[in-house]
Amino acid sequence: MTGNRIAKVFLALFFIGLLATPFVIKRISAGREADRSKADAKTALARHGFYLEEISQAAGITFVHQSPKLDPKLDPIMPEVASMGASVSIVDFDRDGWPDLYVTNSAIGSKNALYRNLHDGTFKDVASELGIADVNQPGTGVSTGAVWGDYDNDGYEDLFLIKWGRPELFHNDQGHGFTRVTEQAGLPAWINANTAIWLDYDGDGLLDLFVGGYYAEDIDLWHLTTTRIMPESFEYAKNGGRKYLFHNLGHGRFEEVSAQLGINSRRWALAAAAADLRGTGHPDLFVANDYGVSELYFNDGKRFHEVGEQTGVGFSPKSGMNAAFGDILNQGRYTVYVSNISEDGILIQGNNLWVPKENTAGDALQYQNLARDFGVELGGWSFGAQFGDLNNDGTLDLYLTNGYISLDRNRSYWYDFSKVAGGNSTIIGDAKNWPAFEGRSLSGYQSKRVWLNDGAGKFIDVAQAVGATDTYDGRSVALVDLWNRGVLDVVVANQNGPLLLYKNTVAPENEWIEFELEGTTSNRSAIGAQVTMFWSGQQQVQEVSGGSGFAAENDRRLHFGLGRNPHIEKAVIRWPSGKVQTVDQPAVNRLQKMKEPA
Amino acid sequence: MSRQTSATVLPPPAPAQKTPSFSLDNRYLAPAFITCILLAGHLSFGILESYQKTLLAIITSIGLELVLGRIFFHKWIHPASAYITGISVGILVRSPAFWPYALCSAISITSKYVLRVKGRHIWNPSNFGISVMLFLAAETVATLSIQWGNYLLPMLVIWALGSVTIWRLRRFHITGIYVASFVAFAFLRSWMTGSPWQSEIAPITGPMYQLFIFFMITDPKTTVRSKRGQCLVVFLVAVVEMVLRLHQIVYAPFYALFVVGPTAMLVEIWLESRRANLAKPTVAE
Repeated sequence: MTGNRIAKVFLALFFIGLLATPFVIKRISAGREADRSKADAKTALARHGFYLEEISQAAGITFVHQSPKLDPKLDPIMPEVASMGASVSIVDFDRDGWPDLYVTNSAIGSKNALYRNLHDGTFKDVASELGIADVNQPGTGVSTGAVWGDYDNDGYEDLFLIKWGRPELFHNDQGHGFTRVTEQAGLPAWINANTAIWLDYDGDGLLDLFVGGYYAEDIDLWHLTTTRIMPESFEYAKNGGRKYLFHNLGHGRFEEVSAQLGINSRRWALAAAAADLRGTGHPDLFVANDYGVSELYFNDGKRFHEVGEQTGVGFSPKSGMNAAFGDILNQGRYTVYVSNISEDGILIQGNNLWVPKENTAGDALQYQNLARDFGVELGGWSFGAQFGDLNNDGTLDLYLTNGYISLDRNRSYWYDFSKVAGGNSTIIGDAKNWPAFEGRSLSGYQSKRVWLNDGAGKFIDVAQAVGATDTYDGRSVALVDLWNRGVLDVVVANQNGPLLLYKNTVAPENEWIEFELEGTTSNRSAIGAQVTMFWSGQQQVQEVSGGSGFAAENDRRLHFGLGRNPHIEKAVIRWPSGKVQTVDQPAVNRLQKMKEPA
Repeated sequence: MSRQTSATVLPPPAPAQKTPSFSLDNRYLAPAFITCILLAGHLSFGILESYQKTLLAIITSIGLELVLGRIFFHKWIHPASAYITGISVGILVRSPAFWPYALCSAISITSKYVLRVKGRHIWNPSNFGISVMLFLAAETVATLSIQWGNYLLPMLVIWALGSVTIWRLRRFHITGIYVASFVAFAFLRSWMTGSPWQSEIAPITGPMYQLFIFFMITDPKTTVRSKRGQCLVVFLVAVVEMVLRLHQIVYAPFYALFVVGPTAMLVEIWLESRRANLAKPTVAE
């Protein structure tokens, strides 16, 4: 055999090897998946330290979300344009020490629900009797989310209702009812928004409100004058709704200050969250945008500065649908999780896990996307996600819900979607150019992700093994210790689907601690307060949030898993006012109620 | 006597052919144009997944071309062609992972050396590599599906520059026939399916098609030699794409070229071979 012929044989083998590479990679990852799927509760508890059981019916929760029906001109693509609105937020509205649930509905005439926790494992919808159910009346638009914050510091959480329509502010009358105060507060007549968060951006002790518009605010989706309402681009659109920053003037009045403070954007916002990312004492603002790049606003207490490109989070355009913070490496620093779209063979955006780069901090803070390295990149058509220690092992895990439109299982809209999404702005921007849905699915019936953090830089999906097996079109996720047991339960709001309540059972050997904070000089909700827990030579920081994820708000109380036999050192609380409070060796396996010292 | 070369066996270095090829001046036109597209697209709209991934695709492509050329043709192959392959892979492949960029480039270049008939490789390398990746690694790979801001001006500039470049290379007829066929078939599909005609036209306004029509279907090495044949083949590409689109195949153009291009090459090789045999004087027994 000549040398040339041998070389040809090797070349042929090399070529076959190249072609076989995707198969090999697929087989390896399929093998790993199989190991983790389908386990019973006992096995899940032994292997992963927890399991989830969906108990909404047993808990008396019968809520089923209804999508809006918009202007008939949008009928051909109604499933797509009416694909959001399901949300859940956690609030203890009556201050009885037991978290309650507020969920939104989105059909005209449909009712929102406020599920009061009856302490016995069941809930009762009291929204109608308290005046916050019938909020989707004709001419006022429909609900797309809700966030709770005590804007007047009277000790009771008030409700801001996010809408495609007339936004609403309800004052909580000491847990006995709600009074609509929208006009007195000075809110605009119409916003088409999917996200809002409470934050005290200037540290004056009064909660301010950020609202991110999605569709432009001059569009009444029920009475269209034009069908040119769609994004001008799939990834570079800047024709969405404006942003609002309502500065709390006190006495129930707000002033809109976004432009004068540096927030000028017409990207299509879907999610926002705020946290002090640089240790300045002021909450920075992260906005995840659909059809474009994310935005990060550094806040110096007086003004916001958009630093998305500078920090690395705002360069590669995707379809941002979630913003959540988590100290996943127990280093006292937040990573940011942004969900996007991934559909095999068609669109692989991948979700983003923005991890602070080594040796960058303060104004020079930079992020790198390590979603792939950490294993939290591919989650289908991803929506809401939240960090929380689901098995109390001392590291933050990640719950992700997903699935866009589940209709006919056997027919997909992806071909038509991809055709138009790549089209010129004159084509994509006009709804009448979009082919009709005709009952097809678009990334429907997707499996959820429950990513367990191994503490060493890897997350492993155990959703099927621990019981998160639904395939509804998930939108909003909130984590909460519903029955004060020291575990995080999971509540999921689904578009056109039921509200799911996953009760968590955790291996008892893992310990935990929770903090309920109340501001005095700071805003009473303590939104923006940070707790850094130090134990067994490690630390984890968490911040009280006024809304995070996608159209969601977690329990106000902060939950830390501590693992087995933790050596507790201290908890350091930094209040929004700047005061720092250290609690040495706080008792574990209990809720610590902390009031800001005078 | 066997007239057919095995698909995996390389012939000796191909003799100089009379196929239309880049002149010395023109050789750099296509690489320069595609580089301009890349830079303009990325600097203005960030079309790339990352510089590193595109660089990986280019380096893999050129590196492998040099090594394989040295081994099998005993010379350093000019890197222009491999550069275009690498950069096409870097632009068209969309994956959060790094390995698909290297693998796609490697498959593309290696296919040129393995899948040969009568001294000619029959698949456009990047078309082969990308089609294979879309078939075999769909869970990790997609292709460029977005616009550069979806605005009219960048699109017109690229079309104008591309047309001038391709005209200088004397291959504008290929692009022209394809575009005309695509548009005609788009209206036909719209009529057949009831979809808005704008949605059927939409794909060709995107950058994926700009690369497809200026760089893939016009590749001198993998198109038939006669001008009339080129027109016929590219029309057939549009026909097959039309059929695939009616079956809702997202990457119809890649797959159409994947099927039609080599088939046309094989037919041409067979015809040439037949012609050559007929021209041989018969030996009296």
